[in-house]
Amino acid sequence: MFRNAYDTDVTTWSPTGRLHQVEYAMEAVKQGSAAVGLRSKTHVVLAALKRAPSELASFQQKIHELDAHCGVALSGLTADGRVLCRYMRGECLNHRFVYESPLAVSRLVSRVADRSQVCTHRSYKRPYGVGMLVAGVDATGPRLFQTDPSGNAYEYVAQAMGARSQAARTYLERTFETYADATVDALCQHALFALKESAQDNELTTKNCSLGIAGMGDDGRFKLLDGEALKPYLDKLAADDGGAQPMDT
Amino acid sequence: MQPSLPSHHPLLGPDTAILAAQQQSASASFFHNQRTNTAHQDANSNAVLAPASGAMPFTVAPPQAHAPFDAGALAFDAAITNAPPGAPNKHTTYPYVTGTSVLAIKYKDGIMMAADTLGAYGATKRYKSISRIVPAAPTTLVGAGGEISDFQYISKLLTELNDNDVIRDDGVVLKPREVFAYLQRVMYNRRNKFDPLWNSLVVGGVDQATGEAFLGTCSMIGVSYTDSHVATGFGNHLARPLFRNEQRDDMTEQEARALLEKALRVCYYRDKNSINKFVIGTVTKESGMKVSEPFSLSTEWGYDAFVHPTKHALGSW
Amino acid sequence: MSTWSPYDMNGGTCVAVAGADYCIVAADTRLSTGFSILTREHTKVVTLSDACVLASAGFEGDRKQLHKVLGMRQQVFAHNHGGKPMSCPAMAQMLSNTLYFKRFFPYYTFNLLGGLDKSGKGAVYTYDAIGSYERTGYACQGSGQALIMPVLDNQLKSASPLLYPPVSSATPLTEAQAVDLVKDCFATAGERDIYTGDAVEIVVINRNGVRRETMPLKLD
Repeated sequence: MFRNAYDTDVTTWSPTGRLHQVEYAMEAVKQGSAAVGLRSKTHVVLAALKRAPSELASFQQKIHELDAHCGVALSGLTADGRVLCRYMRGECLNHRFVYESPLAVSRLVSRVADRSQVCTHRSYKRPYGVGMLVAGVDATGPRLFQTDPSGNAYEYVAQAMGARSQAARTYLERTFETYADATVDALCQHALFALKESAQDNELTTKNCSLGIAGMGDDGRFKLLDGEALKPYLDKLAADDGGAQPMDT
Repeated sequence: MQPSLPSHHPLLGPDTAILAAQQQSASASFFHNQRTNTAHQDANSNAVLAPASGAMPFTVAPPQAHAPFDAGALAFDAAITNAPPGAPNKHTTYPYVTGTSVLAIKYKDGIMMAADTLGAYGATKRYKSISRIVPAAPTTLVGAGGEISDFQYISKLLTELNDNDVIRDDGVVLKPREVFAYLQRVMYNRRNKFDPLWNSLVVGGVDQATGEAFLGTCSMIGVSYTDSHVATGFGNHLARPLFRNEQRDDMTEQEARALLEKALRVCYYRDKNSINKFVIGTVTKESGMKVSEPFSLSTEWGYDAFVHPTKHALGSW
Repeated sequence: MSTWSPYDMNGGTCVAVAGADYCIVAADTRLSTGFSILTREHTKVVTLSDACVLASAGFEGDRKQLHKVLGMRQQVFAHNHGGKPMSCPAMAQMLSNTLYFKRFFPYYTFNLLGGLDKSGKGAVYTYDAIGSYERTGYACQGSGQALIMPVLDNQLKSASPLLYPPVSSATPLTEAQAVDLVKDCFATAGERDIYTGDAVEIVVINRNGVRRETMPLKLD
């Protein structure tokens, strides 16, 4: 991408009917580290790659719990993501306070999408530079959505976003038909396998990734797995790897 | 000039502001809100100013269901309408047109709720076809005793809430316990502003997903609870003792209906602010939500003591 | 002409007892107004976290709001601290702040907070309606307070807070003994206090988590 005459502010149209500033914000999402989400009839799983700015630094947090029933994986400007995250937590909390029930994931997503859209519509605002995979369980079952800086939001059975996510998406497109009846553990394995396709050096460790799981049944809580808790999943992934089909990416 | 809505949360709807309510009460400014509606002042500038009521906003009439007609009330109204600029805001201090008890019980298939259709102006039977049991969501009924206009405002809030679900058409609908939780916050937030909605509410329904019946009640200051049987106002004294003896969660529709009719009859005999014109609403998992056409109950007034009230009082006329 | 009141008194009694490695928080389940019982099974106890339980008697509208506000703030704290719930002493201070914030339009609630402190020892905090509070070894609040408190004083008399070096205020009873004592207290209060009865809900917090049990009381 390079500068042109129509990208100095968000509210200027290009003659081809595009908003370049908004598209630049979408680029920020593509440069963020990858995140993957997928769902079955009973569960929805998020997996994300974490980056560290240097060998000496800690890894950024990529998956956040929003409420007891839902969580989010971020790609792009993490700082913008945290702001949206706080907004979404507030919305969930307010809903719980007034209605004593979890906020439907679709409603939550349309609220952040509306918020993002406002930033594409005001000359003095900057679009959020973050894309989100929002996963949760509500009265309608497990749901997975992706939002982006333009204010769009789409529902998915499986989706990947961020740097080199095409590789993960290719894997998901090949296998998504088996997800509906898959177990939670199988979903996690699919998520990690897809994520691995997008990882630098194709390597996942307990440090550079995390998992988020929301499901009906059990206690219905969104669970965030980080660090050592991931070890069994990664071990299993390594064990299965020999038999897995080679991916052409 | 825009009318100022009370704490209208843009997403959750009116009267639900959470933090805002605290901020407002912290400033304690609600006692002395300046009137800013100049159009309103102009419209009243020629009116004779009635003496401002010396009462503080919370020195008000008793919460009785049978407020007698009170000429003082008119003076009070004039004091509100003609209040000079800068006078304290006035709030609802007692009800004008009131409904009496609402009764409701759980039974095998769901819940059943009953009330008469009277809107009484003090002791006058003023409106005789008021529906005090209304649908609030696909499987939720709300019934109300107390000030009818306040209940019609509450019905409007609930309609807006439900319309939003219908418009979105995303499979998400309000459940009875969500309606109940919402109404509790509305009632409680209004009492925090010393501007109560003068009602006792009953919320009943069935959770479509689980088939579980729900019954709850909330007063005008936010006292709320759920139970297998509830009743507001006089019903709490007249009907609930019957319910305690006879209501079971597994009773049949016929049994439930018979019990409610028995309770309605007792309430009608003993409560002078009621009429013999009732509606019964039911919510069940199988056949959804219904509110009956108005009906009457057979009554018996031919007891000897009624016909000849002075028969045993020799010497009286 | 009487006046409209934003308050009601819905009764109820709460008792809390702290032990060396447990804490008991209990409250009856009756909800009343005047001479009427509104319902017989209404919980006054809320579990705020794994180590923190709050029981409140008084005005039900305020109780509900207070419990919801605290639950929400605890949730915000957890979000901001990587999922870690608020400790019991922190919750105790926050409850005090929350009550004091409404100093001039108070929550009409009588609160007892129980839980485990950082060392795993039982902790009981007792409050007035506007936020004054104190950590004690046992406490009682609500309509049955005057009936139960002397019994607790007699049975559990803990070391004076004036002693130096300080002596633990936790009761020497075992968990089972303390639960029995709490049950006796409620059965006793139910005999004389019309606002206490129907059932008592007993929540026990120890290192294994939070356990809830219910014992029926007289319905009269």
